[in-house]
Amino acid sequence: MSGTNIKGLDLTTIREEFPVLDQQVNGKPLVYFDNAATTQKPRAVIDSLVSYYSSYNANIHRGIHTLAEKATAAFESTREAIRAFINASSTEEVIFTKGTTESVNLVVSTWGRKNISQGDEIIVSGLEHHSNMVPWQMLALEKGATVKIIPVNENGELILAELENLITSRTKIIALNHVSNTLGTINPVAEVIRIAHSKNIKVLVDGAQAAAHLDIDVQQLDADFYAFSGHKMYGPTGIGILYGKKALLEEMPPYQGGGEMIKDVTYAGCSFNELPYKFEAGTPNIADAIALKAAVDFINRFGKPAIREVEQQLLEYATSKLSAIPGLTIKGTAREKVSVISFVIEGIHHQDLGILLDQEGIAVRTGHHCTQPLMGHFGITGTTRASFAVYNTFEEIDRLEAGIKKAVKMLK
Amino acid sequence: MSTAEKSVKEIQNQIVEEFSLFDEWDEKYAYLIELGKKLEALDPAHKTEEKKIKGCQSQVWLNSYLKDDKIYYQADSDALIVKGLVSLLVRVFSGHPPAEVAQADIDFIDEIGLKQHLSPTRSNGLVSMVKQMKLDAVAFQAFLQSKQ
Repeated sequence: MSGTNIKGLDLTTIREEFPVLDQQVNGKPLVYFDNAATTQKPRAVIDSLVSYYSSYNANIHRGIHTLAEKATAAFESTREAIRAFINASSTEEVIFTKGTTESVNLVVSTWGRKNISQGDEIIVSGLEHHSNMVPWQMLALEKGATVKIIPVNENGELILAELENLITSRTKIIALNHVSNTLGTINPVAEVIRIAHSKNIKVLVDGAQAAAHLDIDVQQLDADFYAFSGHKMYGPTGIGILYGKKALLEEMPPYQGGGEMIKDVTYAGCSFNELPYKFEAGTPNIADAIALKAAVDFINRFGKPAIREVEQQLLEYATSKLSAIPGLTIKGTAREKVSVISFVIEGIHHQDLGILLDQEGIAVRTGHHCTQPLMGHFGITGTTRASFAVYNTFEEIDRLEAGIKKAVKMLK
Repeated sequence: MSTAEKSVKEIQNQIVEEFSLFDEWDEKYAYLIELGKKLEALDPAHKTEEKKIKGCQSQVWLNSYLKDDKIYYQADSDALIVKGLVSLLVRVFSGHPPAEVAQADIDFIDEIGLKQHLSPTRSNGLVSMVKQMKLDAVAFQAFLQSKQ
């Protein structure tokens, strides 16, 4: 793909913005195909972190000195950038968390504890990452509630027709991902939300795998909660977002107690701060929040439709190359997919394949991808997953193909 | 111990010597894979949940027994490269007095450049397997002492 332009994106220069990609692993140029686990970071994100720590590190919000004001302004400008990124109606609806997992746990611990009682039902999809399954199971156990699963078909798509059968008068919330981390399936979240709202059911969308690929408009989707992580969209680790509708967030009790989240404290009690600070106890992850803006700017420079176009071309190329390998079966062949390709090879353990590809400098992910129930659905213990980002190339896919063929030869 | 029998340390040295013949990574891994394929099949009776050492990605099964006051191991894995490493560990630790195994260091994995597979992050059950091999040796050592 080198030298080519797709929708005005010069792909050679994009790649140069990612210092980590320019290295040898096990004596071979690195091929990084583990982007669904975490993307690499462009220079602008790294520079933003360094700049914060080297020129205006200060605790935010209460300081009256210049550095504190500068840090506060930068921190809050990320909140505004994220608001625009997902088209939330107000920055009060944008809460900083550690990542998607904490965002889900925040909703479970506050909205969930308040609104789920014995006999209630929670619906999650069969495509969920453990992080959007286990917190709900824990809540159900605590409250005597039930977790029901939206089934998945052989292509790795949700069987939406079953959703209406699962919903009862006791259903309180549906939690599902926008995009499956294991298979890349894009779920019909707008349709799920429409069905749910027609029955007065809330919806939490885990957008961890969507944020880097798809335009997100929380108002158009009408999502009640939307959770995602910075590190899967070219940003730093340890910073994530929970979007929630203002009316819902207002009604929810705080998540953790401490500084920042209070208005007044006496020995007799306290009153809580306004949104979004009510949910941000303690000194937040200032540096990573600030650097997240550089990641948003990076994505906005091209726009997600252009990024998606690049990634779709990579996906199509990889799909045709890999499916031609004897014994290889792609798991997850949904009509709507992001650039994730999960596969198994007859007679080959995914771990063996992963080890041998690593020796060729190729980074893929192997295992159950934190979706053990989904693996059970397919009757397998794991897959090998290659996931592509905007900086990957066709040549790298050729190397993956050659690496797989060599590994199979060695293992057979 | 008769002179024909090698100590844990001597077997490790022998393995290091065998691996020194390989220049390229693929030769080394091809040999491991071959060892994995050749590893004596574990009696299905021992392929139980109880004997399973669960890793995040691959499983290892381990059985140990005492014969003529020496400890012997049998093992299996569902992944071939791990099975090759398992085969090396079985070779190193089998046929020795339990006390020797309990106290033995295993340096050879590092020396043959495969240490990354014994790091806890590899989540393949090998770290736990080594621990279990040692624990079994300690248990048999205690058993032998109680007989004296």
